[in-house]
Amino acid sequence: MAPKRIVLRFGSDISVKPIVYRLVKDFDLVVNIVRADVNPQKEGTMVLEVTGDQSEKGLAYLRELGVSVQDLKQGIVRNEEKCVMCGACTGLCPTGALYIERPSMEVHFDEDQCIVCMLCTKICPMRAMEVHL
Amino acid sequence: MSIEKTYAEINAKIKTGKAVVVTAEELIALVEEKGLTEATREVDVVTTGTFAPMCSSGAFLSFGHTKPRMKMQKVWLNGVAAYAGIAAVDAYLGAAELPEDDPLNNNFPGEFRYGGGHVIQDLVARKPVKLKAIAYGTNCYPRKSVETMITLDEINEAILFNPRNAYQNYNCAVNLTDRTVYTYMGMLKPQLGNANYSTSGELSPLLKDPHFKTIGVGTKIFLGGGVGYVAWNGTQHFPAMTNVDGKELGGAGGTLAVIGDLKQMSPKWLVGTSFLGYGATLSVGIGIPIPLLNEEITRYAAMKDEDLFAPIVDYGEAYPSFTPGNLGYVSYAELKSGKITVQGKEIQTSPLSSMPRAREVAATLKEWIQKGDFLLTEPVKSLPSPADGIVAHSIKEV
Repeated sequence: MAPKRIVLRFGSDISVKPIVYRLVKDFDLVVNIVRADVNPQKEGTMVLEVTGDQSEKGLAYLRELGVSVQDLKQGIVRNEEKCVMCGACTGLCPTGALYIERPSMEVHFDEDQCIVCMLCTKICPMRAMEVHL
Repeated sequence: MSIEKTYAEINAKIKTGKAVVVTAEELIALVEEKGLTEATREVDVVTTGTFAPMCSSGAFLSFGHTKPRMKMQKVWLNGVAAYAGIAAVDAYLGAAELPEDDPLNNNFPGEFRYGGGHVIQDLVARKPVKLKAIAYGTNCYPRKSVETMITLDEINEAILFNPRNAYQNYNCAVNLTDRTVYTYMGMLKPQLGNANYSTSGELSPLLKDPHFKTIGVGTKIFLGGGVGYVAWNGTQHFPAMTNVDGKELGGAGGTLAVIGDLKQMSPKWLVGTSFLGYGATLSVGIGIPIPLLNEEITRYAAMKDEDLFAPIVDYGEAYPSFTPGNLGYVSYAELKSGKITVQGKEIQTSPLSSMPRAREVAATLKEWIQKGDFLLTEPVKSLPSPADGIVAHSIKEV
């Protein structure tokens, strides 16, 4: 079964709770934490790969707690009109989601590889990489 | 047998739609297939192209008079200051200028999301732009302030005049230090974490005419999606040829000052650009036609990425401290392959100059010439070439 890639966003009340433990223990899910951040306001962002029969139930549990659960693909979007295909992002994208195809030197964005680190949103000289929530 | 063609002969062929026009990439393939002499005989014009950030860019704007009249002393466009120390309602808006309330690098690295280059793009996109001006008032120009919206079509003149564009060649930037640096060559990770470069290599205009045999004052070019002209050599025009291990290498080299009517340009080819931790600028599309007047011109125009080299420079320490020297040379073929080796370490390369856009510039210019509506101009004055041996000065502090 292919893992579901999701982005969790939650407030400071949730940051202190062992939600990943609950996903594993109560819903028997295989969880891979791709990225996790807690900002100074104690708001959290987590990118997870989740595999298991009860994944929908697990996500429903998170939503009940007040966690925003989104499909990873909704995270970062390339504004095709703004992108000039320079390639400045490609050497910095940590997973190679943004890459150059050779010999055309066209820049491509493989959303499945994106872990929503958001580095490209600041690095892109044309600001063509946008966060869509 | 040597071939000699003239501008007049080539223009006569362009007018009748018989000129043979190819892009620099196509010329390379043709020369490999048929040789230098045959390619020179067959082809009349080679088109080049580049699309990259070019900070020394800007526009002269003449707004038209207010009623009562006003000698604008300070001018802002969408909050970005333009230089108004010229006649009454004229100003020069520089691509790298920033809004007065920009946090700059106070919260390092600053984002620089908007600047003069973005205002120029907004103007060309026909978006209304807020004009604010103040003055001290004179008998002939009594008004002291104005705040209104303008559009490109409503102002009298808008002349793109870029004092330094189309760098012949440029450094490949790396970082030898232990900290990430944010430069005009992009973000450079510590300890040779990545390498950035910024020319279109075998499509780059001045790399294809390194001795300035055809590109000079008055050369008609593709500029910002419209027609422009080479006005003069650019600032920091230091054409040079270096011999490294028997290979003829262009240094950072020549530059061009270019000019054209902003009103006929396009927001696709004048794009506001932001470099994290560095500043705002403008990316400019430039294409220059090179007439194949003889085999020597063809030989340079057909130079391949394998034959063109960029110096590798440390932007962590050497560049900011103005320490001369470099970490060696690397070919554009290697740079475009995505990986180079520096000091024994294999590192990933990224371009800041768009190859797909450079190809589009060269293809568009080719189409204009083929259609017969773009004739070539013979330079009215040659630009200094490597043979002139111009030496760069730096500021001497006493």
